Amino acid sequence: MSAGNALTRSVPWRGTAWAMGKLGLSGRTLVIAIPMLWLLVFFLAPFFVLGRISLAEAIIARPPFTPLFDRAPDGSLEIIASLENFRFLIEDALYRNAYLSSIRIALVATIFALLIGYPIAYYIARAPEPRRTILLLMVILPFWTSFLLRVYAWMGFLRSNGVINNTLISLGIIDAPLRMLQTDFAVYIGIVYTYLPFMILPLYANLTKLDGALLEASSDLGASPMVTFFTITLPLSLPGIVAGSMLVFIPAIGEYVIPALLGGPDTLMIGRVLWDEFFSSRDWPVASAVAIVMLFLVVAPIMWLQSIQNRRGMD
Amino acid sequence: MDKTQLLGSVAAIGLLSAGMAGAETVNVFNWSDYITDEVLEQFTEETGITVNYDVYDSNDTLEARLLAGSSGFDVVVPTATFLQRQIAAGVYQPLNRDLLPNWENMDPELMAAAANHDPDNEHATIYMWGTTGIGYNIDMVAERLGEDFEVDTWDMIFDPEIAGQLADCGISWLDSPADMFPAAFAWMGLDPQSTDPDDFEAAAEMMSGVRDTVRYFHSSQYISDLANGETCVAVGWSGDVLQAADRAAEAGQGVNVWYAIPREGAMQWFDMLGIPVDAPNPENAHAFIDFIMRPEISAAITNYVWFPNANAASWEMVEEEIFNDPAIFPTEEVSETLFTGVTYDSRTDRTVTRLWTRVRTGQ
Repeated sequence: MSAGNALTRSVPWRGTAWAMGKLGLSGRTLVIAIPMLWLLVFFLAPFFVLGRISLAEAIIARPPFTPLFDRAPDGSLEIIASLENFRFLIEDALYRNAYLSSIRIALVATIFALLIGYPIAYYIARAPEPRRTILLLMVILPFWTSFLLRVYAWMGFLRSNGVINNTLISLGIIDAPLRMLQTDFAVYIGIVYTYLPFMILPLYANLTKLDGALLEASSDLGASPMVTFFTITLPLSLPGIVAGSMLVFIPAIGEYVIPALLGGPDTLMIGRVLWDEFFSSRDWPVASAVAIVMLFLVVAPIMWLQSIQNRRGMD
Repeated sequence: MDKTQLLGSVAAIGLLSAGMAGAETVNVFNWSDYITDEVLEQFTEETGITVNYDVYDSNDTLEARLLAGSSGFDVVVPTATFLQRQIAAGVYQPLNRDLLPNWENMDPELMAAAANHDPDNEHATIYMWGTTGIGYNIDMVAERLGEDFEVDTWDMIFDPEIAGQLADCGISWLDSPADMFPAAFAWMGLDPQSTDPDDFEAAAEMMSGVRDTVRYFHSSQYISDLANGETCVAVGWSGDVLQAADRAAEAGQGVNVWYAIPREGAMQWFDMLGIPVDAPNPENAHAFIDFIMRPEISAAITNYVWFPNANAASWEMVEEEIFNDPAIFPTEEVSETLFTGVTYDSRTDRTVTRLWTRVRTGQ
């Protein structure tokens, strides 16, 4: 209510505030209304469209699915909807495997991003001021070129007669080119490389706030740097770890471009399966069902991580 | 790369001018690497109509946009088997022959073959046609299979022993079940036009057995990979493989690529020029299609993309080495072994996609 009170006190706003008060609206409601409207239009509405398509059946028409309402032969209006598509997803092991495989790939990539990103973030956070800005810039800079171009650049590095293989061969370290492109390995590289800044930035934001006095105290009390790190720095940076991990994990699960360009034929990810259902089978209803199930599968781990964070916040 | 960059700039210029009020435009959606820029420039010069040119590399991409509706395209180029289903979905408008005086240049026999998918050629004319066969690196294959090995066979990819010998230099397949299943049927001695679920099951089983020899499944990547020696065998579309051969020769890195039509039978396909019902500029679309059907324009495109056209009046203007190349314009004898594709119904489609996923991913 404080926002509303502030508004009534400022003279030019008084009339508006009074009118809003009559309508039962406060300034706060108005401020919240904008993001709410945004979510409603760009998240909830598409979600309902998706939900409605997932209950339909694929037909050859434009658009290629059955209408929700149709005239029955006797002229009455009937609703065509079934959960058949969801049953189909459960019965076919392909979808389960694709979900599991996506989660596994995203999880492994997140762990690697954390292992690589943490020291970088730590180093930047501890760096003296002018250098710190430059280092941060170096983390952000790759974003200024197209993501697609950077993935293509990796293809140039990883291919059989690419930069890495040619260098290794000319140095005499290997005789035959290593097969790197079109493997899961390449997918991990692609995901970790692409999403690393999302890991570093929240970690950095968290680690710069770390109180140096705590570290000094720990050291004064005789703890080795190792012990200090594991008992003070790491637990205090947990919110940063959780935030960074979520920012990497969530987009990585649904990733389509990286597995499509860098992955091999057996790299099974849900983004790819979705593409197939939508484009190859022309089965928009099943594709919608896959997307909805995925949404819930992704939301579950986020809620779990969120609850961990909240619990830590309360401690 | 030059070509794609050029196309990109053509598209960019097109978009810019599309923003200007009153400018005449035609929005063309065609396969990648499938036209020469000079043709587009000449069209704009002569008619004042700006071409917004955009590309795709699979029928699926095109179809998804057409079925979603309001695609905004005036001219699209689906393969005839896909065209047939899209006509059933009500995607296309009938062509107005009065606006297409160059129609008479088209070869009646080929048009009749295409009419199997579109009775009386009511909705589309042939842009280019071709075959689905095998592109190969002459030296790498000879090194592994011997100089005498006759490469015009699906054994190259389906026979576990032969494909196994080639796997280390890289085999790629088209990521297109509509091309791969009929090829598998031809190799297995089944009817390539079969829609029997048991046949699909058997073919999927067979292909899964040699899946380990496949480096990747993709429908356009193989052009550059064959050209620079990254892969040595690719199931591909005739003109695309020959473009790879051309690029390889130009690069002068000692990579020699050629194309073979397997003797067990190969698919002959037609890419068709059609106009969606909701095309914003149908008249300009007709003007564009008629322009393409001019003999000298058809010939110029064929000379550049190395795909045969169906424009009989253009053939005398096609470069001799292209017209006489049996890999591009198949001989009578080879033509006998070719078969056309079939349009699958929804149920078969789902089976095919599911089985194809199993082949591709091992799931």
